Amino acid sequence: MQVPGMKKQEPKGRIRNFDEVALGYTEEEAIKEAKRCLNCKKPLCVLGCPVEINIPGFITKIKEKDFEGSIKVLKDKNSLPAVCGRICPQEDQCEKKCVLGKKGSPINIGTLERFAADWEIKYHPPSPKASADVRRSFNESGQKREGKKVAVIGSGPAGLTCAADLAKIGYNVTIFESLHKPGGVLVYGIPNFRLPKNIIDLETDYIQSLGAKLEINFLAGKSSTIEELREDGFKAFFIATGAGLPYFLGIEGENFNGVYSANEFLTRVNLMKAYRFPEYDTPIRIGDKVGVIGAGNVAMDSARCALRLGAKEVTIIYRRSEAEMPAREDEIENAREEGVRFELLTNPIRIFGDDKGWVKRMKCMRNELGAPDESGRRSPVPIKGSEFIMDIDTIVCAIGQGPNPLLLATLPDLKLTKKGNIVADESGRSSIQDVWAGGDIVTGAATVIEAMGAGKKVARSIDEYLRK
Amino acid sequence: MPFRIVEAKRLSSITNLFQIEAATIAKKARAGQFIVLRLDEKGERIPLTITRRDPAKGTITIIFQEVGKTTKKLASLKKGDKIQDIIGPLGKKTDFGYVGKAIFIGGGVGVAEILPVVEYAKESGNGITVIIGARTKELVILEEELRKLAPRLIVMTDDGSHGRKGLVTTPLKELLTAEKFDLAYCVGPDIMMKVTCDVTKEFKLKTLVSLDSNMVDATGMCGTCRVSIGGATKFVCVDGPEFEGHLVDWDLFLKRQKRFVNEEKKSIECNEANAQCRCRA
Repeated sequence: MQVPGMKKQEPKGRIRNFDEVALGYTEEEAIKEAKRCLNCKKPLCVLGCPVEINIPGFITKIKEKDFEGSIKVLKDKNSLPAVCGRICPQEDQCEKKCVLGKKGSPINIGTLERFAADWEIKYHPPSPKASADVRRSFNESGQKREGKKVAVIGSGPAGLTCAADLAKIGYNVTIFESLHKPGGVLVYGIPNFRLPKNIIDLETDYIQSLGAKLEINFLAGKSSTIEELREDGFKAFFIATGAGLPYFLGIEGENFNGVYSANEFLTRVNLMKAYRFPEYDTPIRIGDKVGVIGAGNVAMDSARCALRLGAKEVTIIYRRSEAEMPAREDEIENAREEGVRFELLTNPIRIFGDDKGWVKRMKCMRNELGAPDESGRRSPVPIKGSEFIMDIDTIVCAIGQGPNPLLLATLPDLKLTKKGNIVADESGRSSIQDVWAGGDIVTGAATVIEAMGAGKKVARSIDEYLRK
Repeated sequence: MPFRIVEAKRLSSITNLFQIEAATIAKKARAGQFIVLRLDEKGERIPLTITRRDPAKGTITIIFQEVGKTTKKLASLKKGDKIQDIIGPLGKKTDFGYVGKAIFIGGGVGVAEILPVVEYAKESGNGITVIIGARTKELVILEEELRKLAPRLIVMTDDGSHGRKGLVTTPLKELLTAEKFDLAYCVGPDIMMKVTCDVTKEFKLKTLVSLDSNMVDATGMCGTCRVSIGGATKFVCVDGPEFEGHLVDWDLFLKRQKRFVNEEKKSIECNEANAQCRCRA
């Protein structure tokens, strides 16, 4: 769904740059939109928010032009508002529950959240003193927490949220991150045109200003094991390592040159800034005809990056129909506007290459929809004799990711699901007493805000455990 | 926390030895493992084998050849300079244990990767034979260090300027014809590992190789380093870097290694044209 009123870069110009597409509200636009809010006594929107932001509260402050007050209300529950305002699927969460949505269009809660967060970044960046005040206000009864060490493994949305909440109430939190920058999927996965990278830097700086320590270049399981961290005095562990293991197609030819996992493709582009090669050292190679397999947000991001890298034709290849596409509606819309083609009900079955090992063609089959599968979506059934050949020189596989087994293999007592995800209860506790888990490592690839919600719950549960 | 270079030594006109402060890596690293480093904010991530570690001093040693932009820039660093990011130890450690008689074949800068494995093999009680090769005398590295560990060390140069003239496979064939070995271990240029495996295959001698793929994260999240081993897709960074040489799909591996040659050339040119090049402005 289009966000009414929010300006966007025009498609023609924006496919030549990696700058943010959606431009956000001006002050006037924000106030006007905020005034539509009915300030419900029993606000349903809050029930739709996984981190329980006081939505009417922050919107009222915008209405009153008290932007500083507005961000305060937001940050009470959410340490990453500039991120969430941009990338949450609000149409399935807070905005879905908004009563105004029953008869007209719901309040643009996400865009308002973004507005408040951007206002703060621009005019009122949080000072060390402000962070200290936040810590103090949360930490009145913090004596029992003082000095207790908690390890958060992974600095994606789940880890950052949990670390921020624990640091606020006085724990000695260290976030361990394997890459050279914190943020997880926010930094390596989601492109700049959807989420500007300076925002991640600012939000992670803020979380550190709350007292959380960050150790980058630290691969848990290799740099140190959980056991070794226990010996170093860590009393509780939150595993938030995400779903970082790329799935490949499992078809002949998937290792030809020019076949990327979406993780590789996006990491090169976003984290390593290969779109600015050779100014930046990491290369990326892209052909004229790019096929992106899959139709989730990762696929849309890959397709839109490919266009911006100069591909002449980018096609999303998806085995089901439009109705089943898991990507956010407005990202599909954006991709369409930018000229991405869609081959729906289509399944790749073999990749062909040339004698130098580069992708040349792909054999596909058409599908029709059969009975619903365990995901509840109608399953694709190949149509006999529908094989056809597609000319293609770059393929990006965006068919999902699984849990990276590297750390988990060092924890033989940790209970895992068949797919290799960690088994955790409602509060995020795993089968090991001092180990919690949350985010994609538990649920499989899901959304940023769900990961943040999990991080919040875990922080609460760790606090309960450590205060006993 | 950038990583300080505490010693920088030239081993040849293109080979450099750096000792770097990295206490936690020094504590954990084992033979066969590697690091990934990134020089600066605009740098790429490249893998390099850990040749030595000194847990007491908190240092690791890397030996690398100048082959591209990043290694050339790395080589220009001096004692006291810093490297922005280093992560490690990565990859599986070597752990073949006691096998009996082992033969090690190292080519070029691969000799630096053979050294810790030879040390490990010796500690595990194996009989040691080593063949090392280089294009010319000047490029032979770590000969003395290996001589201390290996009762039998054969040095080969392509031009015969030092040791015997020829490729490492010549003495290898002679030895395998004359004696029985239990394991071969080979690290060197891709093509050298392939031809070495061709030789040992004839003699049905189990051979381990350490593959040096292009990597990005090196923690198993991207698959750029993927190879086909016995028909299955594996990631060099987490499943390797050590694999059974006779199971490697060398044809695929060699082709994948050339994926970014054009870009690498461009990167070097751009770096050398530094003064005129606007991209670093």
